[in-house]
Amino acid sequence: MTLLQVSNLTIEDRLGTALVDGVTLSVDRGEILGLVGESGSGKTLACRAMMRLLPGDGLAIRGGEIRLNGADVLAYDDKRMMAVRGREIGMIFQNPASHLNPVMTIGKQIAEGRRWHFGASRREARQQAIELLRQVGIPDPARRVDNYPHEFSGGMRQRAMIAVALACEPKLLIADEPTTALDVTVQMQVLHLLRDLRDRLGLAVILITHDLGVVAQTCDRIAVMYAGRLCETGGKRQVLGAPRHPYTRGLIECQPSSDGGVGRMVTIQGQPPLAQRFPAGCRFHPRCGRATTECTSIQPEMRVDPGTDNHAAACHHAVSVTNRGMVHGQ
Amino acid sequence: MANSTYPLLEVENLSVAFPVSGGFGFGRRFVHAVNEVSLCIQAGETLGLVGESGSGKSTLGRAILHLERASSGSVRFEGRAITGGLPSDIAALRAQTAMIFQDLFSSLNPRQTIGEGIAEVLRVHGKAQGAAITARVGELLTLVGLDPEHATRRPQALSGGQCQRAGIARALAIEPRLIVADECVAALDVSIQAQIINLLMDLRERMGLAILFIAHDLAVVRRLCDRVAVMYLGRIVEMGPTHTIFDQPLHPYTSALVAAIPEIDPDRPLPADLLRGEPPSPVSVPAGCPFHPRCLHALPACGHGPAPELRHRADHAFACVLHDRSSDSIHPLTKGALQHE
Repeated sequence: MTLLQVSNLTIEDRLGTALVDGVTLSVDRGEILGLVGESGSGKTLACRAMMRLLPGDGLAIRGGEIRLNGADVLAYDDKRMMAVRGREIGMIFQNPASHLNPVMTIGKQIAEGRRWHFGASRREARQQAIELLRQVGIPDPARRVDNYPHEFSGGMRQRAMIAVALACEPKLLIADEPTTALDVTVQMQVLHLLRDLRDRLGLAVILITHDLGVVAQTCDRIAVMYAGRLCETGGKRQVLGAPRHPYTRGLIECQPSSDGGVGRMVTIQGQPPLAQRFPAGCRFHPRCGRATTECTSIQPEMRVDPGTDNHAAACHHAVSVTNRGMVHGQ
Repeated sequence: MANSTYPLLEVENLSVAFPVSGGFGFGRRFVHAVNEVSLCIQAGETLGLVGESGSGKSTLGRAILHLERASSGSVRFEGRAITGGLPSDIAALRAQTAMIFQDLFSSLNPRQTIGEGIAEVLRVHGKAQGAAITARVGELLTLVGLDPEHATRRPQALSGGQCQRAGIARALAIEPRLIVADECVAALDVSIQAQIINLLMDLRERMGLAILFIAHDLAVVRRLCDRVAVMYLGRIVEMGPTHTIFDQPLHPYTSALVAAIPEIDPDRPLPADLLRGEPPSPVSVPAGCPFHPRCLHALPACGHGPAPELRHRADHAFACVLHDRSSDSIHPLTKGALQHE
C-alpha cells in the first residue's frame, strides 16, 4: 500500500533553476527505497521537501504534489506540519555529531519526542528512551541513557539518532547517507538495524546514498537521480541487473567489485554539471557515450519498459527487455 | 634508481604517541597512535594501508614523511635515517616525497590560483626557473587531466574532482618518488573516484612512483595496490600481497573487513554481523591481543599478556595466535617481506 506518493516535484532556487525537476516517487509501507545519485543531484533536497524543510536560501517548491497516506502535505498549515515532522516522517543524517544536541543527554533527546508527540510523563519517557536504546542495539541502555553524545562512538551516535527518530513512531524514515561516515564493519551493523526495524515495525525507509553496494544489499527498489532529474526507477534486481539508463550502467561499472578486478577502471567521462549550467535536453548527454542530436535538445520522459514490472528510465535510447540482446550484440 | 640495495622506504618499529590532555607529570597518559610498526616500500610499489578510523593509518603516513614526531623506531628513506636524521637528509626526503590529502578544499590555498600554488613548489624546489615555470605548470595540469587554463582559477571555482587533480599536480611538481595518498578518493563521487584511481595507475606506470595508499575502501585498494597492510589500534595486524590478503586472510579482523565490502549484487544478502561492537578508543587499548573483545574466535589466552607478534609465512605476515605454527618465523617484517622479488 502506498504510503508516500511524490508526483512531479519541482524545486527552484531564486534564479528559477530547477534543482529538482519533475521527480515522481512512491514508497510503500515496509519498503526500503534506495535514492541514488552523486553530490548535487538533488536527492537530499527532494527528501527535505517531503518534510517541507527546505533550507531558507530562496528555495521553493514550484510544482508537484506530495501525498502522505493520500493527504496533500503541501496544503497543510504550519501547525499541521509540526505533527507530521517526526511523527509521520522521521529523518536521520550522515553526521550524527552535528545533529544531536551536545549539551543534552541522549535519553532526554529521545524522551523529547515522546513528551511532545505523545504527552508522556518524564518518567515514562525515560523508560521508553531506555527501551528504544535497547532496540537499536546500545549495550547497557539503562546506564547509557544518561550519557552525552560525546561519550558515544560514531556508530553508537548513529544508533542514538535512529532511536531519537523512532521515538515518535514514524511510518517513514528518511535516512540521508546514514552510513557514509562510518567504517565498513559498523556500516554493516547500521544497515542490519534498518532492515531489522523494517521487518519488525513495518517501517518504510528512503535510503539516500551514493553507494550502490549498500543499495544492493539493503533496498527493495531503487531510484537513480542525476542533475535534479530521475533517470531510472525500478526493483533493485531490475535496475542493478539490467540497467536501462546509460548513467545507471556507468555508476555500476565504475564501482570496483569486491573481487577487485584488474587494470584501469571504467569511468564516466567528465563531471556532473553545476546547477546554473544544466545542459539542455537530457542533462546527462555531455557525458553519455550514446548521445545523439535528439538528446541535446529534447528532454526524455520517464518511460516504463512494457515488458517489465514498472522498470522506468528517462532516456531516448533506453535499453528495453525486448531489444536488450540486440544492443549487446552491437 | 639512486641505490637499489635499499628499499625506497624502510620503517622499523615505529611508534608515535600523543599526550592525552588533562594529565600532567606522572599522571600524564599517552595515546599510542602507532605502535611498533615495521614495513617497507620498494620503488614503484603501491602499498595499501587499511583499517577503521582511529587505527592510526593517517598518523603513520604523516610520521613516515616526518610530519609527526616518532617516539621510537626509525624511518629510512633510500637508506638514509630520517628519524633523528640530519637536516640535509630530511631535505632530501622532502624533495622526493609528497602527500595528497582527503580534504581537497582545505589542502589548497584559497587565495592562490592553482597555477601559483604549483609554481611555488617548482620555485622552492628549484625544479624550474623563469618562463619555464608557466610551461611546466601547464604540463603538470595536462598530466593530471586538467586544462592548462585552469592555472588561473582559484580552488573555489573548481569541482571536487578537479581540486583533487590540482592537488595531485602540485604533489607531482617536485617529481616525487614516493607519494602518501591519505584517503584521497574518499570525498569524491563514485564516477570521479574511478577517474582519480586511473590517474594514479597511469602516473605510477609512467613515473615509477611508489604510493602509500591510505584508504578504508577495500575494493579500491584491491584494484590499485600491490601489497596491503591492515592496521588495528596502531598495530599492523596483517600484511602481504594483495591477492593473499583478500583471498586467504589469516587474521579474523582482515577477514571481517573483506567480508564487509559492499557488493553490487542484489542476490547477496547482507553479511551476518561479522564483528562485535566498534573499535575501542586508542587511549585504552585492551590487554593481550587488542582485537580480542571483538573477535569471534578469541581464545581465553587472547585476553592476557603482550599483543601477539607478527608471524611470517613467506611474504605474508599476521599477528594472530589462531594459525600458530612453530614453523612460522617471527622476525621484523623488513627483512623477510620482499625476498621473493
